[in-house]
Amino acid sequence: MSMEFLLATGIGIVTACGIYLMLRGRTFPVVLGLSLFGYAVNVFIFVMGRLWSNAQPILVGDGPVADPLPQALVLTAIVIGFATTGFVIELALRNRHESGSDHVDGHEPGHAPGYSSAASGGQNQERS
Amino acid sequence: MSDAILAFWWQHAPVLSVLLPSFTAMALLLLGDAGGLSAQGGEHDATRLRWRRRLSLASVLLGAAMAAGLVLRASSGELMVYRLGEWPAPFGIVLVLDRLSALMVLLTYLVAAPVLWYATGGWDSRGRYFHAIYQFQLMGLAGAFLTGDLFNLFVFFEVLLIASYVLLLHGQGRERLRMGIHYVVLNLAGSGLFLIGLAMVYAVTGTLNMADLALRVAQLSGDSALIARAAALVLLVVFGLKAAMLPLYFWLPATYAAASAPVAALFAIMTKVGVYSIIRTHWGIFGVDAGEASLAAQAWLLPLALSTSVLGALGALAAHSMSRMVAYLTVSSVGTILAGVGLFTPETLSAALYYTLHSTIVIAGLFLLVELMAAQRGEALDKLRPAVALREPVLLGMMMIFGAASAAGLPPLPGFLGKLMMLESSAGLAAQAWVWTVLLGVGFLTMVGLARAGVIVFWHIQPEPAQDATASGASFKLLSATWLFMGLTLALAVLASPVKRYTDAAARQLADKAAYAEAVLAEQGGAAARTTRPYDGRRSATPPAVQPPNEENPR
Repeated sequence: MSMEFLLATGIGIVTACGIYLMLRGRTFPVVLGLSLFGYAVNVFIFVMGRLWSNAQPILVGDGPVADPLPQALVLTAIVIGFATTGFVIELALRNRHESGSDHVDGHEPGHAPGYSSAASGGQNQERS
Repeated sequence: MSDAILAFWWQHAPVLSVLLPSFTAMALLLLGDAGGLSAQGGEHDATRLRWRRRLSLASVLLGAAMAAGLVLRASSGELMVYRLGEWPAPFGIVLVLDRLSALMVLLTYLVAAPVLWYATGGWDSRGRYFHAIYQFQLMGLAGAFLTGDLFNLFVFFEVLLIASYVLLLHGQGRERLRMGIHYVVLNLAGSGLFLIGLAMVYAVTGTLNMADLALRVAQLSGDSALIARAAALVLLVVFGLKAAMLPLYFWLPATYAAASAPVAALFAIMTKVGVYSIIRTHWGIFGVDAGEASLAAQAWLLPLALSTSVLGALGALAAHSMSRMVAYLTVSSVGTILAGVGLFTPETLSAALYYTLHSTIVIAGLFLLVELMAAQRGEALDKLRPAVALREPVLLGMMMIFGAASAAGLPPLPGFLGKLMMLESSAGLAAQAWVWTVLLGVGFLTMVGLARAGVIVFWHIQPEPAQDATASGASFKLLSATWLFMGLTLALAVLASPVKRYTDAAARQLADKAAYAEAVLAEQGGAAARTTRPYDGRRSATPPAVQPPNEENPR
């Protein structure tokens, strides 16, 4: 098995897991899914500079050189992804605190916002 | 002294438009924001709030003046390339000022200045750090419009998105938090897709500079061209998400309706960032003469745009609250603009740009107006149901008629002129029948929707016995900000001829890729630049003859 095949399937599996989790109903799996998707994207950018073994990213001496640019791009993407993940976790916690539910829609499925209150509405039939 | 300042600006104009809001934002952060303490009678914080407002307003006014300067400068046809850190073009990041980007920066400030004036009427003290985040948002917008590098565009997208996450939550409340989660998660997923598209583009071309990309994409063939086409469509999905194009607009109405009025008004420009990016990538890079990868989006863009326009108008017709209705009008106007972009002729693009100016300004004004009306309707707020009479029916009613007539496209307002330009420029094209039917039908539906809202708000009056004095008239500040938008609309109609000449020239400049390459890649040989990529790791085979010998490692 070549390295390319391994990396490609690896990225594919992580992306699939990330997308599956992103489509869940609770904020915790959604945040996990976003992180997984972010990791897959980061590795994808890295791989787009082609795979090299035994190649240095900086020009010293002879021999093949790896493309240094995707590595710089990945660094930027990692930093931004880290910051936004921090923000979305804080937001999810705040939402849980305000609405009393960790569902992404802000209320338990099948119940109105505020749950215990007898108000009607909240027709969300989604299974979570 | 003033000469020196002017010379400094002349030399650094593009980057100053990005730096000014960022430095103002940092100063505002340092000034601090105790948040809400002023309401409890903190005299000290009231002073600081005044200073925050002054600083923020002064910065926005200065920024608007600089943006007007950028437009003046770009209108001569000069392409100004600003190299960050003096790195030559495909290796370093450049900011490029052309007519289109100058126009978009000016539009940003034309919306931002009255909205900020409105926000100082009270909204800015209902949460913390409003002014600082507002400036960061402006920094992201200006940067996204001025950058000439695709990855840099991503970075500025993130800046403006992170600022918009916080602005959306401004004022808190359960509904805003709920919509905030949706908005943030959706945009984070969109950012991931953006990176995938960028990485694919980089994999086949080995560059992310827009001018260099335009040259290299045109030389692709076979599998590489297919990957480039796929990347172009991934980018179309990402920008379509920001611009609220058909299958991706469902987040917009609820989100904009939940945001506070000044934030929603500022967000009127956010969808235009998506439109601008679509123009940059699908005209500038994957445009008409891009070899095998050319016009990758053509099959999708026009049908989706027209459907967006129709569905947006239908949504406005069915909306149950005024802010939702205006949000749907945003969707509808984006559809109309993208139709002009998707026809891929300079004439339609020019008309679409004019329509962009008009729709952004009118929609921002309508968002503010909706809140003014909602504040005088007691419990009903902006719900479209009979309620108590407005305090100032004549004043607000005049503004409503004015804004509605322009949004629906009635003469002599700019909405009418914009639609007329679109109709005229699409005459004779293959899709003429579709474009004409949709534009005219949408105009009619919009008019019906707005008339319905007007009738309910102004004439379906429910006499309420216990009418207390909660609904005082709107303050002068809020009214004047809203009037400013109406004035801008009127100015756009009066100045239609010079504005149209400018957008015509902008569209032509965008089509002239050789000049763009010449300006950005002058040292590499302009349109004939041969920068070796994609990177193959062999050092011997790297640099072509045109490149200076000390730069044998690309980027």
